[in-house]
Amino acid sequence: MKRILKMIATIISLNKDPMPVAREQDVVPFRNRVKEYAVKIKMGLVNQTKLITAASELVRNMLRYGGGGEVLIEVVSRGRDSGIRLTFKDDGPGIPDISLALKDGYSTGKSLGLGLPGTKRLVNEFDIKSEVGKGTKVTIIKWANG
Amino acid sequence: MDRIPILRMGPFLLVTIQVDLYDRLALDLEADLVKMVSKTGAQGILIDISAVSIVDSFMGRIIGNIGVMAKLLDAETVVVGMQPAVAITLVELGLPLKGVFTALNVERGMDLLKSKIQLFEQDETDPENDSDDHITE
Amino acid sequence: MGVEITKILKKSQAALLERWMKNQLADMGLREDLMSNEDLRAESEELINALVKSLNEKNLSEPGSSDFDHVIEILGGISISRARQGFSPRETGLSIISLKEALIELLQESVTDPKELVDISLKLHRLMDSFVITTFETFIKGREEVILRQTDEISEISTPVIRVWEGILALPIIGTLDSARTQVVMESLLTEIVESGSSVAILDISGVPTVDSLVAQHLLKTVSATRLMGAECIISGIRPEIAQTIVHLGIDLSEIVTKATLASALLYAFKTLRLEVRKPAVKTSF
Ligand SMILES: Nc1ncnc2c1ncn2[C@@H]1O[C@H](COP(=O)(O)OP(=O)(O)OP(=O)(O)O)[C@@H](O)[C@H]1O
Ligand SMILES: [Mg+2]
Repeated sequence: MKRILKMIATIISLNKDPMPVAREQDVVPFRNRVKEYAVKIKMGLVNQTKLITAASELVRNMLRYGGGGEVLIEVVSRGRDSGIRLTFKDDGPGIPDISLALKDGYSTGKSLGLGLPGTKRLVNEFDIKSEVGKGTKVTIIKWANG
Repeated sequence: MDRIPILRMGPFLLVTIQVDLYDRLALDLEADLVKMVSKTGAQGILIDISAVSIVDSFMGRIIGNIGVMAKLLDAETVVVGMQPAVAITLVELGLPLKGVFTALNVERGMDLLKSKIQLFEQDETDPENDSDDHITE
Repeated sequence: MGVEITKILKKSQAALLERWMKNQLADMGLREDLMSNEDLRAESEELINALVKSLNEKNLSEPGSSDFDHVIEILGGISISRARQGFSPRETGLSIISLKEALIELLQESVTDPKELVDISLKLHRLMDSFVITTFETFIKGREEVILRQTDEISEISTPVIRVWEGILALPIIGTLDSARTQVVMESLLTEIVESGSSVAILDISGVPTVDSLVAQHLLKTVSATRLMGAECIISGIRPEIAQTIVHLGIDLSEIVTKATLASALLYAFKTLRLEVRKPAVKTSF
């Protein structure tokens, strides 16, 4: 726990921008906002694409399973690296078995079940917390040159 | 409401996706294309995604669905012009994009569709060719 | 306080420079291979000017004072440029330490009261030591930058995409294929596919020492991405021992076209593009 705290402490947040996402129409403007920040910190095109695709997956999950929520967009830095941190928070039903939800192909929505495991592969840091009946919080970080 | 235009070019249908799709728009496209294939008897669908910068699992599934549905109606689907960053991302995401062919650009996609149809016609008209195929398989 | 360091310095600024130059030359021998005498003098003079200008009775014991920003800036410039020129950290550090020695020598000659001399020397030591540390820090940073730049260059140089034929690209991979490298490979290969309009790409792995399941996964990803773009990707240069490890590790490469040599991959590519390579007809027959 101490080590985790220390790790978090070394990541500095430079800019916080919360954005509510309640409807399907909010997805494209949200993606554009993420892109603006990614361009601002000079993230390469491939990493940008990975980040926005990951963000798109998570925001869809939030809408589809969590009934919408809020995303916090942050520019963070750690030493020489700068990156984007996105926190997706909903007050939906939560996920009973997180390790199952993280498996390729697991879906309760008759979908491909790629969103969560795929997102994890696309970003540098991935953290998910969920409590049944309370909601779900997913945090990802993509470093500009990571 | 917005709709993505579907162009008819001989036996093929051509769709150029110019904007990042809202889900509704993508679902409409799927429905429109399938209806159009059935109505026109088109033998191929060409989807140009060279202007698309993000393909997530939702978009990927729609494209895959179009391919499978078209196939049920006897038409082949070719996706053309995928950007390198999108291809790299899809592979990492793990999206297989099954049921569709791919080509570098519209022109190559056209050629590919034509060759698919030719092969198909040959198979039908040339029983010898047909049996040859079976032997080599 | 009886001694005014500012005055002493101002008065003997020229002497200080001479002394420092002498020390520097004695310490390292002039590295004429790396830097000319004139350049060294100009650099030294700039630093002394800045130091004399900013140093006073009060900030003498405050190395962190913003009065020294300009001095630190010059020091930073000196150490970064020395790092780039190829001076060793010892040489770079010594040259600042020898400035400290020159200063102390000067004080010894100008301050007569022993107590005051000790007092002022101590402060000067602390100040100059802090400058030496700054020099080291920037020196290391300068080196790090050199390393980072070289790393970038190496990964770019080591993934050359070659247009072997109209429509055919080849990419020889030399060295291990980790995930960072795979990203570079994929990016340059796919970009080149778009730019050249090529429909076949050959990845030659004869220069890859070992293929374990991770490397195989990277290869498979590259092949999949190439296919998504609408081009075919062939892997060539599979050495016998690599074929063995692939099978022993249970890696499935059956989805992709593999060839033993670049030549046979090229032949396969020609066939795909319906090209034929023939010897011209010769009169004398076999
Ligand atoms: N925010 C959320 N709230 C509640 N349950 C969630 C949430 N996000 C994901 N889940 C659960 O985790 C499962 C896996 O999610 P994942 O995104 O991997 O797949 P999917 O959304 O079902 O399919 P795909 O993303 O491929 O379309 C979901 O089916 C759902 O049951
Ligand atoms: Mg999902």
